[in-house]
Amino acid sequence: MHNFEFVKPSSVAEAVKALGAEGAQPLSGGQTLLPTMKQRLAAPGLLVSLTGISEIRGVCLADGVVSVGGATAHAVVAKEAARYFPALAALAGGIGDPAVRSRGTIGGSLANNDPSACYPAAVLGAGAMVLTNKRKIAADDFFQGMFTTALDEGEIITGVDFPVPEKAAYVKFEQPASRFALCAVFVAKFGHKVRVAVTGASGDGVFRWTEAEAALATNFSRDAVAGLSLSGDGMISDLHGTAAYRAAMVKVMTSRAVSAC
Amino acid sequence: MPKDGGIGASTVRREDIRFLTGKGRYTADINLRGQGYACFARSEVANGRINGIDTAAARAMPGVLTIMTGEDFVAMGGNPAGWFIPNRDGTPMKEPKRPVLAHGKVRHVGDAYAIVVAETLEQARDAAAAIEADITELPAVVNMAQAVANSANRVHDEIADNVCFDWGWIEDNRAAVDAAIKAAPHVTTLELVNNRLIPNAMEPRASIGDFDSGTGDYRLHTTSQNPHLTRLLISAFVMAIPENKLTVIAPDVGGGFGSKIYHYGEEAAVLAASKAINRPVKWVADRSESFLSDAHGRDHVTKIELATDLKGNFLALRTETMANVGAYLSNFATATPTFLHGTLMAGPYKTPLVYVNVKAVFTNTAPVDAYRGAGRPEATYSIERVVDKMCRELNLDPIAVRRANFIAPEQFPYTTPVGLVYDTGNYGATLDKLVQIGKLGSFDARAKESAAKGKLRGLGLSTWVEACGIAPSNLVGALGARVGLFDAATVRVNATGNISVMTGAHSHGQGHETVFAQLVAEQLGVPASTVDIVHGDTSKIPFGMGSYGSRSLVVAGSAIVKSLDKIVAKGKKIAAHMLEAAEGEIQFADGNFSVSGTNRSKTFGEIAFSAYVPHNYPLATLEPGLEETSFYDPGNFTYPAGAYACEVELDPETGRVEIASFACADDFGNVMNPMIVNGQVHGGVAQGIGQALLEAAAYDENGQLLTGSYMDYTMPRADDFPMFNVDHSCNTPCTHNPLGAKGCGEAGTIGSPPAVVNAVIDALHRAGHTHITHIDMPLTPARVWAAMQA
Repeated sequence: MHNFEFVKPSSVAEAVKALGAEGAQPLSGGQTLLPTMKQRLAAPGLLVSLTGISEIRGVCLADGVVSVGGATAHAVVAKEAARYFPALAALAGGIGDPAVRSRGTIGGSLANNDPSACYPAAVLGAGAMVLTNKRKIAADDFFQGMFTTALDEGEIITGVDFPVPEKAAYVKFEQPASRFALCAVFVAKFGHKVRVAVTGASGDGVFRWTEAEAALATNFSRDAVAGLSLSGDGMISDLHGTAAYRAAMVKVMTSRAVSAC
Repeated sequence: MPKDGGIGASTVRREDIRFLTGKGRYTADINLRGQGYACFARSEVANGRINGIDTAAARAMPGVLTIMTGEDFVAMGGNPAGWFIPNRDGTPMKEPKRPVLAHGKVRHVGDAYAIVVAETLEQARDAAAAIEADITELPAVVNMAQAVANSANRVHDEIADNVCFDWGWIEDNRAAVDAAIKAAPHVTTLELVNNRLIPNAMEPRASIGDFDSGTGDYRLHTTSQNPHLTRLLISAFVMAIPENKLTVIAPDVGGGFGSKIYHYGEEAAVLAASKAINRPVKWVADRSESFLSDAHGRDHVTKIELATDLKGNFLALRTETMANVGAYLSNFATATPTFLHGTLMAGPYKTPLVYVNVKAVFTNTAPVDAYRGAGRPEATYSIERVVDKMCRELNLDPIAVRRANFIAPEQFPYTTPVGLVYDTGNYGATLDKLVQIGKLGSFDARAKESAAKGKLRGLGLSTWVEACGIAPSNLVGALGARVGLFDAATVRVNATGNISVMTGAHSHGQGHETVFAQLVAEQLGVPASTVDIVHGDTSKIPFGMGSYGSRSLVVAGSAIVKSLDKIVAKGKKIAAHMLEAAEGEIQFADGNFSVSGTNRSKTFGEIAFSAYVPHNYPLATLEPGLEETSFYDPGNFTYPAGAYACEVELDPETGRVEIASFACADDFGNVMNPMIVNGQVHGGVAQGIGQALLEAAAYDENGQLLTGSYMDYTMPRADDFPMFNVDHSCNTPCTHNPLGAKGCGEAGTIGSPPAVVNAVIDALHRAGHTHITHIDMPLTPARVWAAMQA
């Protein structure tokens, strides 16, 4: 690891100011950034820690919306959201291991937008709103491809507002080595509308399986999924599974998520 | 039995007190005054010609103490292959020099070409990154079949076909085996891959070189399974440092699994660098370096043919194997696919005719060498998979077929057609025990329960034998070994009766400090707590060969027994003097020396004290002191054997396999500490299941390691396994060592992979996927699913 400067502001405003410096990079839970720095693959000159900002930590429910602060650790979401939005809590509780869950944060995960991360599926699947220090970004606009988001340089995720679905479930099929999602599906039902978000499978990162959404909107059951087929085009193909395998698993996991709702 | 644990007691491991409380002392924990920190510059290409290495800029960087490159080691020797293997035509194998640091060419990703030493590790890393290596990348030799076929791409310029050797075992039997297969009523053929594994010891390799300019002595702290072998290799082959000027210390070592048997170039480099700067030099591998540069394991591609009659009686067996040895010959690389593999191809069966052909192939990958089991898992996997396939082809019961082909108890000692003499065994007994403890008779009921959950259940068997306790020096010498494989022990009884045992074995997780103390306690009738075991330091222990091949107890333990016998004999002499009796009248039992038929006796402690306070000793016939050293060279390998059963549950939608149950009935001969033996079996089975379902090292066509971290290399985790059902009650004690022990360290890795794969194939067949006759390991969900779609 190369040397770096470190600041830990206590407000979003201070953090934004600090991030204006040359070579500055925000640090949340550090579960991706710190290993990368240790391997000398990243060498930011200044780390701006976001975890000391109390205004962007915590979980609360208001008007049918669960609001999660951007610097809230997975373990906190797993515990605090369980009453309001069990599918979200279960997803958070299944990320990584206890050490990762006690440090990693929702804002860090979303800003990184790893194509195999869990949180993007919940955000896109629930049609959540990503809140930043500058604006609100709808989930459908936020994720823009592998490791790419709508965030501007220096823009900080301050929170995520999740509308609570009538029914929802997240089912993950783990890549055997990393236990990230080889493919995972978040299904959310809001009245007659259904959203199906898939992570881990596509080279472009999280995406909505709109055919499944349409089929499930008219018949919310495994049978509705059974008749669908998904192309492997654009799916990730690696040591752990071909594109065709991932496409097939998307269907299996969607069907299991519907059953789990 | 002593109150605190003799032979057969599940004594709690005394070493765990320090390991579990952070008091272990590993090489990385050792810091010598004034030490510099080393970092190695490693090749990023798999095959490349070194045009020049410019270190000028790096040398000018802050804190840099020295930089040495392959150029600086040209005059030194190479790290040798420990076993000579002849070709089928009698010509010698190819032995390219393995230099301390790459010179002329780099031959695998991670091949070190320079050592940088600086005041801090960060400075060393910065400087290593600043070295300008002018390396022309050449096409990489990765795939073995292509390596042999394409002489334009070479790992070593002087070896056109990239073949190290082409070995036949036993060559004289080849024609008879060929004829028997040709004439057989049924031949089952199977082509399979024994997947390449990365050892992943918890502690990465680390070395500290320390040259003392005052005495001219070198000292090397290093992560070694056998410090004397490392010293011998450095002294006799690589650096020509006299052995009395070189001390090698392997302190606490956090796992080896074979990968720390070998001498590595980093060890010589830190010694040379220490001399160059007249300061200690410390290097600790990071995990990425471990993936790239530790010796890997397995990596065979095999075609096996089993000839039988229509009732499943084995008539002949023939295999052709290509074994990857990687870029350089690691110390045991030539022995592993030959004498630890070919000689095992009879298995526990009375197959009358067996022929094995092994072609060892150089590739631009990390060196491949012995990894827990070493050759025997490869042999067992081939045999047990082809037996299973044959049973399916002929619709025969796999239990009955195995039973019918077992070497019968009355046939021991049994000479196999591949050059071994099994001393003892009862393979039917372990199979019977397995059927009982695994409740194999009620499988169908469990299959129904699995089906109710939407899962396919399968049952797989493996019955196997291994050759352990490596080994008799005369036998391995005849087979091409360039070292002896005895072991040694010094038992020092101190004046107040406590005991230090200096053993040539090395404990890197096995629990020797506990078990050897139990052994001494039992033999001498003293509390185990009064016995300490010393290992790992060539300046303290007699010349031993270290630990691998399940040899510690059977070889080094037998050396302890020899020394204990001498201690008792000496004690009797002392007692005879003290008790004024004839030596022949002295009996030793329960820690007391007594005169037969009298109540006159001396305790062990009184004898010990007298040995060091030898007043009135008849010095012409009785020396003071009570210390004995013995060297033990076994009469044969030992032959642990067993029967394993695996039940799997397979998710037909995803192809994911879960181990539903795993039962082991082992014959380890006499068992010293059942708890430790259980632990060895658990760990071994976990590694075997890891190979079967999870682990694989993969290189791309350019020789880049695709599985260079735990993001892609699947290490088994505790939640991948059920509780294992382990039994070792069916013992046939070894007939040629004083303990009757056979060794238990590798059994799990040897016996388990075919049981797992057989179980998966069974599950698929029961579900109607009868077109699937084989899936190569690891049986990942994607592979199983793909087979089901075909």
